[in-house]
Amino acid sequence: MDPSQDRKVVAESGFEIKPVYTAADAAGLDPGRPGEFPFTRGIHPQMYRKQPWTMRQYAGFGTPAQTNERFRSLIAHGQNALNVAFDLPTQLGLDSDDPRAEGEVGRVGMAVDTLDDMERAFEGIPLGKVSTALTINAPALVMLAMHVAAAEKQGVPASEVRGTLQNDILKEFIGRGAWIYPAGPSVRLVADSIEFCAKSAPKYNAVSVCGYHLRESGATPAEEMALAFEIARAYLDAAIARGVAVDDVAGKITFNLNVFGNLWEQVAKFRAGRKRWASIVRDEYRAKDPKSAQLRMLAGGGGGGLTIEEPENNIVRGAYYALAAALGGAQTMALCCYDEAYSIPTEKASLLSLRTMQILAEEVGLCDTADPLGGSYFVEALTAEMEKKIVAAEKEVRALGGMVKAIEEGTIQRKLARQAYESEKRLRAGETPKVGVNRHAVAGAPAPKVETHAYDSASADRKIGDLRDLRARRSSAEVRASLDAVRRAAGGTANLVPPILEAVKARATVGEICGTLKDVFGEFQEPRF
Amino acid sequence: MKNPPRPPRVLVAKPGLDGHDRGAKVVVQALRDAGMEVIYTGLHASPEAVVKAAIEEDVDVVGLSVLSGAHLPVCRRVCEGLRGTGKAVVLGGVVPQGDEAELRAMGVEAVFRMGAPFEEIAGWIRHRTGKSSPSPASK
Repeated sequence: MDPSQDRKVVAESGFEIKPVYTAADAAGLDPGRPGEFPFTRGIHPQMYRKQPWTMRQYAGFGTPAQTNERFRSLIAHGQNALNVAFDLPTQLGLDSDDPRAEGEVGRVGMAVDTLDDMERAFEGIPLGKVSTALTINAPALVMLAMHVAAAEKQGVPASEVRGTLQNDILKEFIGRGAWIYPAGPSVRLVADSIEFCAKSAPKYNAVSVCGYHLRESGATPAEEMALAFEIARAYLDAAIARGVAVDDVAGKITFNLNVFGNLWEQVAKFRAGRKRWASIVRDEYRAKDPKSAQLRMLAGGGGGGLTIEEPENNIVRGAYYALAAALGGAQTMALCCYDEAYSIPTEKASLLSLRTMQILAEEVGLCDTADPLGGSYFVEALTAEMEKKIVAAEKEVRALGGMVKAIEEGTIQRKLARQAYESEKRLRAGETPKVGVNRHAVAGAPAPKVETHAYDSASADRKIGDLRDLRARRSSAEVRASLDAVRRAAGGTANLVPPILEAVKARATVGEICGTLKDVFGEFQEPRF
Repeated sequence: MKNPPRPPRVLVAKPGLDGHDRGAKVVVQALRDAGMEVIYTGLHASPEAVVKAAIEEDVDVVGLSVLSGAHLPVCRRVCEGLRGTGKAVVLGGVVPQGDEAELRAMGVEAVFRMGAPFEEIAGWIRHRTGKSSPSPASK
């Protein structure tokens, strides 16, 4: 490009970035103080100075015993919370010995069939102290019940269990694809879990709404936030319709947000998102408790920005992503790993991501003062632009008839798939720079050698053996009765968590419980593409 | 050069449990823009359902997309089901180099990894089917 010519810089969310910002650009944009409504600068008065973000690397593979070992290693290296990866059969409500599970048992996460597995996975890990996130959606109630039951066995009552369910089924219909039931009953399950947590497990976050996967599926940063808000509204509405007060449910909903792309745009997205959500919850839902209006978030994943080429470059990208999350005021980070384009992380890759966060938090001063970018002409102007774009994108979804309708008709999936295609074309044409891919790439470079996580099929065989032993050992009459109770609750309007809790205690399997619900609810029919 | 009766017909499938469909949908759109007729199975298709759809839709090429790592058992079952039909089976996704020989042996004719140029995929299909697409879309 000709250096004498200024170039046009347009953010992905669709606004122009100026060469210089001055006081005039930030006039009237006082963001207020951290810890005060509308929380643009963060939800706590001192942010990381008082407490750095929680570090929870996504981990899980093979059997519960293998996963337990990885959890202990992460904790020994200074991680203070867990984030459990489940294998695909578990995510789709199938048992390890289901023929459809062939080749997938324990592959991309831990295989869970019964409560025994959950108890084993958390052996020696105090569930009242170590906050644990479960990355599970369609079978979320089953995993919530197992988590609560495993804690109970440790002597920790439900009221003391610290956890977060991902439990964002609507995003599964748009990206990631681990759905089972149709949208309507799926949202009812989310409402059941919110109600249960509000009444019985106050330290449990029932939902983590995932803008993350919407962004991976093709959403711009502004759309990521807007679609997440539209999804969160669907859950709030369903929970409130059950008679739960908004101040009892809003705080049960958290967010999981993406970090790849332009650093400043992501920071502005987090700041504008907090402001927007605060206004939605206080002004539209009439929440009284200021805490209800705080957008709490997990960030640090940015798979869409990582490359299979020159994979070590992803270590550097990960560090910048962590910086974006920290400058944006995330409460929790689960940082992506450099080998993510190849497989689930090796222990080395996972620990390197943990070290990246620790270096940021403890060595270079990210925790010294709250919202260090607050008051920057550029960042405040960008935050205001981003808020406008978020509101406009929310309106677009409304125009499609709301999130559930847009998903059932496939309009939102088609829109994002089209955008994903356009962005792939820009990448391949070199319009979107990617170092080592379309910038400074070495022609004829040999395929990179990466040490990747090896799948252990022997552990899958052991898992299936354990499950068969358990089926022989448990009381089948008790299992049958507990599943009948689940079926009756599913057919009515009672909360499903209590009967599912009884079923998991009777050692009913994930496949049996989810199969029972599928008998009642049916299956989601994917719109044509 | 003979005039083809129709453009290549392609079934893009997501067999197995993996639900990451961004890449599959990108390829569907790229091949449609290249003037091909493309049918997409949607998620969680069993290998048997993929075989059935390939035969009923009378496609020339079946493109499987698997990102979870469980491509070997899935490809084996699809290849067995389509043996002798003359349909080509190709695979896209996260595929270790070391698996390529085994995939070839079971009948997978080509593997396209992440970032494979669209022209490379479309070109391979045209070459394999001996069919050219009518005036592909501009890009």
